[in-house]
Amino acid sequence: MTMTNDNLVELRDVHYSVGGRAIFKGLTISIPRGKITAIMGPSGTGKTTLLRLITGQIHASQGEVLVDGQEVGKLNHRDLYAMRQRMGMLFQNGALLTDISVYENVAFPIREHTKLPEELIRQLVLTKLQTVGLRGAYKLMPWELSGGMARRVALARAMVRDPALLIYDEPFAGLDPISMGVVLRLIRKMNDALGITSIVVSHDVDEIAQVADLSYIIADGQVVASGSPKELKADKSELVRQFMNGLPDGPVAFHYPAPDYHAELLS
Amino acid sequence: MHKILRDVGNAVAKFGAVTLFFARVLMQIPRVLLRPSLVIYQVHNAGALSLVIIMTCGLFVGMVLGLQGYDMLARFGSESALGSGAALALLKELGPVITSLLFAGRAGTALASEIGLMRVTDQLVAMDVMAVDPFRRVVAPRFIGGVIAMPLLTMIFIAVGIFGVQLIGVQQLGVDQGTFWSQMRGSVQVHDVWEGVIKGCVFGVACSLIAVYEGYTAEPTAEGVGRATTRTVVTSAVLTLFLDYIITALML
Repeated sequence: MTMTNDNLVELRDVHYSVGGRAIFKGLTISIPRGKITAIMGPSGTGKTTLLRLITGQIHASQGEVLVDGQEVGKLNHRDLYAMRQRMGMLFQNGALLTDISVYENVAFPIREHTKLPEELIRQLVLTKLQTVGLRGAYKLMPWELSGGMARRVALARAMVRDPALLIYDEPFAGLDPISMGVVLRLIRKMNDALGITSIVVSHDVDEIAQVADLSYIIADGQVVASGSPKELKADKSELVRQFMNGLPDGPVAFHYPAPDYHAELLS
Repeated sequence: MHKILRDVGNAVAKFGAVTLFFARVLMQIPRVLLRPSLVIYQVHNAGALSLVIIMTCGLFVGMVLGLQGYDMLARFGSESALGSGAALALLKELGPVITSLLFAGRAGTALASEIGLMRVTDQLVAMDVMAVDPFRRVVAPRFIGGVIAMPLLTMIFIAVGIFGVQLIGVQQLGVDQGTFWSQMRGSVQVHDVWEGVIKGCVFGVACSLIAVYEGYTAEPTAEGVGRATTRTVVTSAVLTLFLDYIITALML
């Protein structure tokens, strides 16, 4: 356990079910340090559930979830919170606190966890906002922001305390091409400039291929393919081909299970 | 028959859940009090922003009490008892109960919907992932704010109410000013004032607890928040009147 581990996050043979339905059946994933790892898969395969396992919001029924060598499921409340302070998470809709301004949102983690003086907080907040290109917007309230802007503010907030791990939950969902390009560039820039580890959950195959170092495709509760984006594009398996090329029918069926079409129409 | 049993079972389960929730909130109170700015902001939210409705309604309740009281007492020739009768009615019953109902309607719904909307928009989850306990940051300050604000609002309601009684009784209907106040001073005892204060505090705890509970456990949808807000008002009203009976019976 104390050997130098190149993987910041490791899931080993993780099993998890909700209400009798198995979401993960023996999932094994390694997230290498300092790289951007993408988690992809058809809708409903539990990509967000995976993130919640990593942050310790839910516990696996079997298997281990390790973050920096510590098993997340076994941490007590205080240690879990200590670990979470070293992670930043970008939620799909930003999840900004709506009763405070952009500035206060980004300052929130600093104010809650440290006793830094106001001038220093101001420096930190404005620097992070500058990185995401929204320094001029610091006085705005969350409802005055567009979707893309809100997500960028959320990114500034997620990294304001320089976390070791940044998690992005569907960062491109619902964005126009320009905003998408901005977020992509930021993900790569953050990762390289700060030397952090990033996990991106997305199913925007083409977008994520531009920045990911390593990708996993999850389906049926397990990893069905992994490798660099180039390797995945060349993968011959049917499911990977269907997913990467956006084919409507294949191993992930187009039709929801139903009785015979003619029989139902004519009955 | 089955449905009745199931409803009773649900009610008992909910009572248990609320009690556990209450315990959790109480545990956070010491640490929250170390950040008075959060609490002060919530006292302002629940209390100061409710002042207009409390004072307006207090005035009208007092005025109606003056009118009705005078009319009823005049039948027995005891108009001079208007001061004491109205003051006692306001202090012991009308003040705490009506303030509580108004509080549930104005501040209770605001609390429930605020917290409920934070749940819908993932703000509570985001806080949890940022290692900030939503109980400590969001729920407990609002609860404490409500608990502090309610007794104060009750006192203000009663004071404005008595002014309203006086406005009608003395200025308009001609009850003697001196009689009005001296009778009141004679018949109102410290015990009665305590009754009002205690009721105000107890109702404050009950209504604030229900409001933050419903908001926190609301389903994360638009209808869920709407239902939570409705339940806040209904449960607060019923609980207020129930506790009113209990406290009155205990204190008399």
